[in-house]
Amino acid sequence: MSDLCDEREAAFATAGLGSEAAAEVTAGDAAAGWAPDAPLIAHRTTWQEVWTRLRRDRFALVGLAAIILLVVIAVFAPWIAPHDPTAQFDEGLTMRGMPVGPSGQFPLGTDTLGRDLLSRLIYGARVSLVIGVLANGFALVLGVVFGLTAGYFRGWVETLLMRATDVMMAFPIYLFAVALVSVLRPSLGILVLVIGIVYWTPMTRVIHGEVLSIREKEFVDAARLTGCTSVRILYRHILPHLVAPIIVYTSLGIATTILFESTLSYIGLGVQPPTPSWGQMISEGQAYYLSAPHLVLYPGLMIMITVLAFNLVGDGLRDAFDPQQRRR
Amino acid sequence: MNAGSAQLLSVKDLSVDFASQEGVVHAVDGVSFSVGSGELVGLVGESGCGKSVTATAILGLTRMLPNATVTGAIEFEGRDLLALPENEVREIRGRDIAMIFQDPVTSLNPVLPIGRLMTEGLENHLGLSHTDATARSIELLSTVGIPQAAERIKDYPHQFSGGMRQRVMIAIALSCNPRLLLADEPTTALDVTIQAQILRLMRQLSSEYGAAVIVITHDLGVVAGMCRRILVMYAGRIVEEGPAKPLFRHPHHPYTVGLLRSVPRLDRPRADELVSIQGLPPDLSHLPPGCAFAPRCWLATDECWCAAPPLAATGEGRRCACFHRDRLVERETERVAP
Amino acid sequence: MSGAVSGAVSGAVGGAGSGVSAPAARATADVATSPTGGDALIAVEGLSVHFPITSGIIFRHKVGAVRAVDDVSFDVRKGETLGLVGESGCGKSTTGRAILQLVRPTTGRVLYDGADLAHLGGGALRRQRRRMQMIFQDPYASLNSRMTVADIVGEPLKVHGLRDRSGCKERVRELLQTVGINPNTLNRYPHEFSGGQRQRIGIARALAVEPNFIVCDEPISALDVSIRAQIINLLQQLQREFGLTYLFIAHDLSVVRHISDRVAVMYLGRIVELADNAVLYGEPMHPYTQALLSAVPIPDPEAEERRRPVVLQGDVPSPADPPPGCHFHTRCPAAQTGLCDLESPSLAEVRPGHWAACHLITAEDYPHIRAGEDDLAVVADGPPDAWPGDTRSDHSGDGAALDGPAGGGTPPASGGEQA
Repeated sequence: MSDLCDEREAAFATAGLGSEAAAEVTAGDAAAGWAPDAPLIAHRTTWQEVWTRLRRDRFALVGLAAIILLVVIAVFAPWIAPHDPTAQFDEGLTMRGMPVGPSGQFPLGTDTLGRDLLSRLIYGARVSLVIGVLANGFALVLGVVFGLTAGYFRGWVETLLMRATDVMMAFPIYLFAVALVSVLRPSLGILVLVIGIVYWTPMTRVIHGEVLSIREKEFVDAARLTGCTSVRILYRHILPHLVAPIIVYTSLGIATTILFESTLSYIGLGVQPPTPSWGQMISEGQAYYLSAPHLVLYPGLMIMITVLAFNLVGDGLRDAFDPQQRRR
Repeated sequence: MNAGSAQLLSVKDLSVDFASQEGVVHAVDGVSFSVGSGELVGLVGESGCGKSVTATAILGLTRMLPNATVTGAIEFEGRDLLALPENEVREIRGRDIAMIFQDPVTSLNPVLPIGRLMTEGLENHLGLSHTDATARSIELLSTVGIPQAAERIKDYPHQFSGGMRQRVMIAIALSCNPRLLLADEPTTALDVTIQAQILRLMRQLSSEYGAAVIVITHDLGVVAGMCRRILVMYAGRIVEEGPAKPLFRHPHHPYTVGLLRSVPRLDRPRADELVSIQGLPPDLSHLPPGCAFAPRCWLATDECWCAAPPLAATGEGRRCACFHRDRLVERETERVAP
Repeated sequence: MSGAVSGAVSGAVGGAGSGVSAPAARATADVATSPTGGDALIAVEGLSVHFPITSGIIFRHKVGAVRAVDDVSFDVRKGETLGLVGESGCGKSTTGRAILQLVRPTTGRVLYDGADLAHLGGGALRRQRRRMQMIFQDPYASLNSRMTVADIVGEPLKVHGLRDRSGCKERVRELLQTVGINPNTLNRYPHEFSGGQRQRIGIARALAVEPNFIVCDEPISALDVSIRAQIINLLQQLQREFGLTYLFIAHDLSVVRHISDRVAVMYLGRIVELADNAVLYGEPMHPYTQALLSAVPIPDPEAEERRRPVVLQGDVPSPADPPPGCHFHTRCPAAQTGLCDLESPSLAEVRPGHWAACHLITAEDYPHIRAGEDDLAVVADGPPDAWPGDTRSDHSGDGAALDGPAGGGTPPASGGEQA
């Protein structure tokens, strides 16, 4: 009986008192020595932890691989691309002036001007990635800074910032962008700036709303009592709770901005031809989508892959930043 | 147990398991008890002891949870609620068995005037016409102490205060003359002075309507003044049962003893230190093989760690699940006597 | 104001009916006319916190104010525990927060060792905060779920530069040990702990800066019953060990009685009674205190049966629109029309060390509305006389209790309530 009993007890000790409960049982005897076998976890910084957790997420890794691949393609475009993306080939058009299909010379065929589609896709990655990442990053920084400031400090700062946001949101953004771009000479830098300025409003609204609820949580009061400065509270205590909405909005935003660039390109205010961008390629090809669907299909696929990759990584990051997800 | 009186509800070996990622959670583990007609029963325990899940099972709501496994029998007026088809259970629920929830803010639909909330049940269950149902609702609202009931019946839940909303909840619960009323922490969200009003009202109405009431709470004080029989639950099992007065005066289970001692009381001299129960309630997905209270119990021996003590009758309508009841009773008598 | 009352409270003629009736006595800081003074660590003088009710989206303007705390004065003596009780919405939590300047007072002063906190800002206030900490009600919301225990408890040390990096970790382990948490768990996250353990971690954080004064805001009401006693014992043990001063805010009167040296009762933003623990629980003067005490359920069916509780009618009025005069007059079983509904009584010392705000206490015909004298009388832990079993099959005692409290002229249960 007692043998059996010991065995069961041991089983209980490992099952019930394994992880969380180890501390629970010892909690009672404060002065007594602590269980010597309690695991001592070496301290790791948050970023290391995030990476450790992200590594276990297969989908996020696939997304990350895709993003790295896209970046490599964009950076090494001149070496990878089989042709000059702006060169028009005589053999790239049929006798009747139509683009040709895939061949040894043009792996994905040509466009309406007889340019190599693959090369244009590869070079297009440069513009689209730069726009998607930088413009979004710019919008993100603006949105987070404004949202945090407005939500945390309240008062006239909030009134000013949020009314400005409302006005921006009510303003027809295309008109605004068109006006801006036509005043300033269109270039990649200007495009990033304009798209960033146009797209900071939704992020500001979301962050502002979240901050309003988080600042009322008791741990924020506790941090203030601790003697934390406002900047520290915002950075250490509030910002980490905004990771989820920031990532969701950013990964959605990347798709939106890539497409926004294509819209601007379509009306001639985006990247100036002949520099290729995926959005511009779609707008050029859409007139021929019946006779030459590949003109729209491939750049569309590229945008989709990019957006999907960012979304997967975003999902993974959101979970990796949340310590409560770790055990699930 | 008042086995002699007409048995309204008898729960037999009820178990509710929830499947979760951490393993199977044994929320309720072989619970048996019965409630007579018009009886006031208190079901006491801490959060996670399975008291609310037991109530959910009696209402037949566990069948709506996809990850729950329910075994045993819940006989209400001779019919097993767990075996009945859903439409028959639905008929019983709301008419014969009614529920009062802890939080009157979230349990009243905010977009409907309280009149609608009340007449709905009357029309569906009792087949009253709308006019009759409205008249009856006004009558019920005045019964539970809502002034100007005829006008207030058009108001929305947010126009009532917390205590008033709980009164509305009680009125809704009583609307179909239920035989059994389940009150899950009915006063936890209320202030002390309002709690006194509501407890008094429930006691009064129970005797008026002849409805049995199961008061589910963590607060021993709430059931002490109200219930005649007490069930104490711990980690999904009933550990002690008995008539209120002897149970409070001479608890037989160490957990009950611990609970009663750890609460400061207004009617006792101030103690320098409270006698607390060591440790924490167990994780329901990793229950120890023996008595679930053993890790926190000062009387526990090897025996307690190996096998779970059965809930055994100890006379005077009392039951207790402890191997060391005799030792406990002896000690308590020694403690009190000199 | 009746002659009897003004005689006792000479000079404390407030602006009756104005709501903010600042007792003139406060201005002169006369010890005898305001419950402050003595060896006070914290002195609260005429503290008011009004939350504006605003209207309009673009141009916000004030349309009213919630008087959460309305001209409250008291002190907290070095080393004592002052209990602050009241029902929800009475302003007890706001008072605690205003003392710590988490909510800025609208008017009034909060003196810590003689220095006014209400006018401190920025760095000066942050430095003062080393001396004052808070233990929160909700152990789930009060710990940042994205930080490890080491970061949570160690942050105060870092912010105030109290320890270097390695010393910080050592100190965190020491603090965790003090509050009864296994120090080897310091790299875990709050969600890996139960409610009681989280509360211990919150206590460790509060202790990190070696404060003198801690506001405990309902520290146990979110915990399991069997855990509450552990936390209360811990708080008491820490008080002895570190010589802490507590302001213990709670709605549970039995717990406050257990832990406090003196107790203040609040109702709708004002203190209605303040006295030593034994006096307040033994001989409560204010009708509200009496009703509150008699409503506390006692976990003993026999004691419950003997009690004849004063059951108050109606609900607490909204602090946005408090009734004129004495805030309690709408529910008071002894209220006198023409006096209580017009003039707001000021907190007066009715006996040495016993303060109460009621027009009727000093009146000769003060009705003792408390029904049974043995309501709260200490029931001796008597010998276990043979219990006759459950003989009373239908609780005949209940009926008597239901028929309304004896004396006092309380209206019947279902009538005259305000929603």
